[in-house]
Amino acid sequence: MIIIPAYNEEGAVGGVVQEVRQVVPRAPVVVIDDCSTDATAGIARLAGAEVLSLPHHLGLGGCVQAGYKLAYELGFQYVIRVDGDGQHNTSDIPRILDTLRASGCQMVIGSRFLDGDRNHTSGVRKLGIRFFRLVLRPILGQRVTDPTSGFVGVNRQALEVFSRSFPLEYPEIEALVVLQRRAFRFVEVPCQARPRRAGRSTITTLQSIYYIVHVLLGVLVNILKSPWRRRRN
Amino acid sequence: MDPETMHRLLNLTTLLSAALILLVLQSVRREHIRVEYSVSWLTAAIVLLVLSRAEGALGSVAWWLGIAHPPVALLLIALGVFLLVFFRFSIIISHLKDTNIALAQRVAILEYRIESLARTGPAQALARPE
Repeated sequence: MIIIPAYNEEGAVGGVVQEVRQVVPRAPVVVIDDCSTDATAGIARLAGAEVLSLPHHLGLGGCVQAGYKLAYELGFQYVIRVDGDGQHNTSDIPRILDTLRASGCQMVIGSRFLDGDRNHTSGVRKLGIRFFRLVLRPILGQRVTDPTSGFVGVNRQALEVFSRSFPLEYPEIEALVVLQRRAFRFVEVPCQARPRRAGRSTITTLQSIYYIVHVLLGVLVNILKSPWRRRRN
Repeated sequence: MDPETMHRLLNLTTLLSAALILLVLQSVRREHIRVEYSVSWLTAAIVLLVLSRAEGALGSVAWWLGIAHPPVALLLIALGVFLLVFFRFSIIISHLKDTNIALAQRVAILEYRIESLARTGPAQALARPE
């Protein structure tokens, strides 16, 4: 299943859905509409996607988790998340899916930086990504070049975990720690990023400091709580 | 601190505590606050009211805390009590947010599955994918 979290992405989501359907015509495409105030849901339906409409705005983590819960309940083995803003190159989906199947890893991350830095990330974000690479390396025990990538594939084991527990705000980095604490594996594959087709980024430059503090705290909390949960289980 | 200033501060605390008690009771009566969430505020306000009127007890507490001026001790106690109340409400709000998100996701998934059933029929909609 391909899930596309979207909030007020009427300018981009139709194109994303059409591209995804061309690349993986047999996979169900579900747009998770985070209670958009524009025509996102209608355009997604017109483009051929099914729409999971949230009754009120939950934010990115709650939106993505709704998609994971749906996929888990419906029994899917693999789920690939593609953002609704058109920044992910959908032709990379087969590479992520193939790697997910062949590697046995619980998560495959589409990295914008694995093949060099040829993407459309702003300067402040690049700085943030470099910072989190350094922070995460000792925690994860392996190098991760693009910890903030939203272009990810997960298998059913990760789906089960994320259905029960998924970070609500800025979920990508914390999700890696959640998986690592359960001794799950992840691998990166090179992917291309494109400029947004329309709309505005959900994380502005001014929010970057809050983002860093929030994510660091989330990482710390996940590190602290995981051993206790493992013992309890 | 001269006795006059001390009494003025204590009287002000009494007034504020009484106002808080009235405000909370009125809010409960109008169903703006649920009874279970008014308990923390009422407890805090009553503690402050009692301490601001019982100078002997406040003096003992101040002595125990090592604070020379009882009104300062009262302000510190007020700060501590309200911090505890805020912390309790942070826990309640976090829990409510978690349950609210889970509920919203459940509603969305059920709606999705009902729509699927209506569109494709029960056999197809409930079929498990490969």
